[in-house]
Amino acid sequence: MYPYVTVTSVVALKYKDGILMAADMGGSYGSTLRYKSVERMKPIGKHSLLGASGEISDFQEILKYLDELILYDNMWDDGNSLGPKEVHNYLTRVMYNRRNKFNPLWNSLVLGGVKKGEKYLGTVSMIGVNFEDNHVATGFGNHLARPILRQEWHENLSFEDGVKILEKCMRVLLYRDRSAVNKLQIAKITEEGVTISQPYSLKTYWEFSAFENPTQGAVGSW
Amino acid sequence: MDLEMNLNASHSMGTTIIGVTYNGGVVLGADSRTSTGMYVANRASDKITQLTDNVYVCRSGSAADSQIVSDYIRYFLHQHTIQLGQSATSKVAANLIRLLSYNNKNMLETGLIVGGWDKYEGGKIYAIPLGGTLIEQPFAIGGSGSSYLYGFFDQAWKEGMTKDEAEQFVVKAVSLAIARDGASGGVVRTVIINSEGVTRNFYPSDKLQLWHEELEPQNSLLDLLNSSSPEPMNI
Repeated sequence: MYPYVTVTSVVALKYKDGILMAADMGGSYGSTLRYKSVERMKPIGKHSLLGASGEISDFQEILKYLDELILYDNMWDDGNSLGPKEVHNYLTRVMYNRRNKFNPLWNSLVLGGVKKGEKYLGTVSMIGVNFEDNHVATGFGNHLARPILRQEWHENLSFEDGVKILEKCMRVLLYRDRSAVNKLQIAKITEEGVTISQPYSLKTYWEFSAFENPTQGAVGSW
Repeated sequence: MDLEMNLNASHSMGTTIIGVTYNGGVVLGADSRTSTGMYVANRASDKITQLTDNVYVCRSGSAADSQIVSDYIRYFLHQHTIQLGQSATSKVAANLIRLLSYNNKNMLETGLIVGGWDKYEGGKIYAIPLGGTLIEQPFAIGGSGSSYLYGFFDQAWKEGMTKDEAEQFVVKAVSLAIARDGASGGVVRTVIINSEGVTRNFYPSDKLQLWHEELEPQNSLLDLLNSSSPEPMNI
């Protein structure tokens, strides 16, 4: 069992009003950057936002499962609606049970949301490992973005500060993750609801003198 | 040296397939080579298959897998049309194919491009690569020959082409892929689908423009010898 069309890191953090999440829009087919407009953050029900990395077809299937879940919940018509903690729990069960049958859904998921003022941010991997935290990331993001987040995150970040930190993480991923593409979206979820930004690109910096003349200090080297 | 052509290899359509939207509909294009190992089993196959009056699919990968998937979907869509009371939409066709491709991902080896026209959404192209991902795009390329076309499309594709511009673009692209991909070859077939209906076109290899290092085909060396004068064998 192996993935075919994959998407790379998701990075998310809690801020003053809710959750901010960032993901690029590239879909890779092996080493080819085949699709460049893949949306991989989607609202779930009224209170949650799901971001995914890994195999796109499995993510699409998960969205269908969640559709059914939310529909079933709505049909009770009892005034209650599934919050992010419940959706995260459901996803954890699905992922872990598939892993036990040796037929995993090849995704790492980030589930964030706000319900009744309480912010929630959790993650679950393809083998069912799940936890919540103030900031989470998948894939390369774990290695490159989380150290930045550990240093710069604090309680009650403003929207602007949150976006700046996420962009700092996404820029590093763009430099250092081969499967990253320079076209991303940032999504926010607050008590009011979900907003997903238009796709945009980040400026990158290449004008270091050491980049222009890499062998200046050691002529003849590579 | 491999003298055996592995004539028992499964039929694979190495292939170049393309689907492109234009202002009014879609144009689908494909090459015509089906190979068993190194042998070309069919040099004039038709890889653009009809699913309904207004929805067609381009097939790549395993010939058997893509044919059986097409057959099932044609059957489902036929029933769906009867139940619905009107033509199926390209979105429905694409989603049905996704279901089969996704749920049988461990067994199937076929990449498909669905293109059609319906009165609700106009012309649409859906790509369904290996694994069963469904992705709607303004244009899609697939098959082994598509590797050689990513740069071409990045540079030359534009939104809102006319029907003739789009068809010429598709023919050019398939022809370029055939030039470099051993698994693609033969003729270029196109299918244009819009509100007026469906048009099939056929472009035999000798009618395509020549690319780098390709020469004008001749009947025989003798013609070349007879036409030029001073140093006949010094061509």
